[in-house]
Amino acid sequence: MTQETFVQEINYLLFIAVLTVTLLSCAAYLVFFLSQKNHIRRWARFLLIGSWILQSGYIVTRYITVGNTPITTYHEAVFFFAWATTSAYLSFRWRYTVKNFGTFVSMLILGLLFGSAVASREIIPLEPALQSLWLPVHAGISLVAYGFLGLAFCGGLMYLLQERELKSKRLGYFFSRLPSLDSLDQLNSHCLAVGFAFLTLGMVTGIFWSKQAWGTYWRWNPKEACTLIIWCIYLIQIHQRFTVGWRGRRAALMIVGGFSLVMITLWLVIT
Amino acid sequence: MSKKHISLIGVNHKSTPLEVREKIALTGGYEEALNRLRDEQAHEFYLLSTCNRVELIWVTEDTAKTTPNMLRFLFGEAVAPEKWDSYSYVYHNQEAVNHLFKVAASLDSLVVGEAQILGQIKEAYRYASQFGCTGPLLNKLLHKSFSVAKRVRSETGIGSAAVSISSAAVELARKIFGNLGDKKVLLIGAGEMAELAAEHLLGQGAESITVANRTLSRAVDLAHRFNGRACSLEELDEQIETVDIIVSSTGSSELIIRSDDVRPLMRVRRNRPLFFIDIAVPRDLDPELNEIENVFLYDIDDLSQVVEMNRCEREKEAVKAERIVEEETLKFTKWQDGLTITPTISALRKKADTISSSEVSKTLAKMDLSESDRQKVEKLAHAITAKMLHDPLRFLKSESCRKGDDSKIDMVRTVFGLENDDADS
Repeated sequence: MTQETFVQEINYLLFIAVLTVTLLSCAAYLVFFLSQKNHIRRWARFLLIGSWILQSGYIVTRYITVGNTPITTYHEAVFFFAWATTSAYLSFRWRYTVKNFGTFVSMLILGLLFGSAVASREIIPLEPALQSLWLPVHAGISLVAYGFLGLAFCGGLMYLLQERELKSKRLGYFFSRLPSLDSLDQLNSHCLAVGFAFLTLGMVTGIFWSKQAWGTYWRWNPKEACTLIIWCIYLIQIHQRFTVGWRGRRAALMIVGGFSLVMITLWLVIT
Repeated sequence: MSKKHISLIGVNHKSTPLEVREKIALTGGYEEALNRLRDEQAHEFYLLSTCNRVELIWVTEDTAKTTPNMLRFLFGEAVAPEKWDSYSYVYHNQEAVNHLFKVAASLDSLVVGEAQILGQIKEAYRYASQFGCTGPLLNKLLHKSFSVAKRVRSETGIGSAAVSISSAAVELARKIFGNLGDKKVLLIGAGEMAELAAEHLLGQGAESITVANRTLSRAVDLAHRFNGRACSLEELDEQIETVDIIVSSTGSSELIIRSDDVRPLMRVRRNRPLFFIDIAVPRDLDPELNEIENVFLYDIDDLSQVVEMNRCEREKEAVKAERIVEEETLKFTKWQDGLTITPTISALRKKADTISSSEVSKTLAKMDLSESDRQKVEKLAHAITAKMLHDPLRFLKSESCRKGDDSKIDMVRTVFGLENDDADS
């Protein structure tokens, strides 16, 4: 076996391991959500950290196989997205605990990983014109931004669920399991601030890359237009929060809507 | 030596009407009652008296003889003897243990899951042990009941759901605001239930209370009680700009706060959430308020619904709790059965043998010895354990232990750590 096929083999095994461990982690988080037993949450967290390590390993071996930073095909980009979300969650987890946040985030991560699994894992050599340091920097930063916006999306979804139960006065399943509205709102504003900073940085680096690759800063293709819309949506929201204190349901709805657009853009970017 | 039995008699809110319970509840305090109990022939005893129950647990060798005496002690002259049986319950051994655990875990309470009962049992136990009424058996039993209660509380959701209107209001406030530490409360009007809710919110750490009332002097009085400020009803708009939780309970027949009044104020509040609690009948607050973003309105019916829902939830959790109680009862009975000489001796021997043989095999595995040398090492280890055990075993078999002094057996079991081994197995 040559060294190259050996790395490819390891790469494939890592991918399977990532899927399995994340699936187990997600299942454990769901069991925790249903039963609220703390030792299960500990297991779920260990599994998620394990999944993060395996994901990192996969990206490194993929880098060795492909020869450039693996964020250019659909499979690679979505996988990196999942990795960025996991990293964002784990870094976040370090500072705050938000009750049952892990359950929602692990489902998002698992969904993304499955998204990357159904895509072709084929290695497509990069056109020489696109080979530039700007590409991995731009794509990497943008995907980290998506990771934080993904966390905000989960927080927004939890906010909407909890708010609906409180407003309708039918305190059911989610009432006791979800945290307070205030902590969800804070989580959203925090993730949004970090995500927006990265998103801006990603756009700026994208402009430079575009100049280098195509000779023009802005080309008005669907992907660029979409990104601009997303950026504006988030900008409006941050602006309104600073000036008139927009928060709560409206903010959560915008976060959820904005992230849905992110997913569409991501699809547009790659195809 | 005949076996010691744990017996329990008592009356509670289910078995006995309030008028009767009032008559037999302790009036002179625990000390006097415990001293009177000393005359009865019980090795150990303990007495609990709360507004919902009076219970008596004692340890005896002859249940048939002591039970009528204890019933007489419990009811005294207050109730005619022919009614004793119908009012009280009597449990022995395993059933008694089970009952105590249930009471401690608040499964037998009027409000299932309330936390007060554990504190009351602890206090009753403190008196009993202070006056030397409890011994090894009841000490263990009561301590166990505390840990059972703790386990039930942590493993089931029985204590988590609110059961009164005011605690439901607090629970909702916590789900909206998270921490109540920097939240301001406005109380409009006075009334027992509103005051209770305000007190509850303050107890959960709310920052301050402002009281608004039609008659300012009444507001000042009430504000003084809560260490807060008073204001008039005309100042409500200004107040709504700054406070976070509003409890309203005026006798007014018209709406005090309309949704159109609040809507413009939300911009001034920078959309910080507002929680309205309306406990007045007829309503003080406009039902439309709930439609405003970041405003939550609960009236008395909504709150009662929350309480009712929690009650159902609790009943489900109670099933889980019962299982824990069963499990712990069996563990305790097993421990009590071991508290006689023969099982203790065999447990002690078994422990020594296990340690010596496992250590010997560990050492032998590392050494290369001939068969006869191996036998010598094994013999040596055996001889050491046998000599070490000789005195403790003689102590156990001696007359002083035979007489049925459980505390000595208990001591041996504790010194040699036999309890923990039982728990593991």
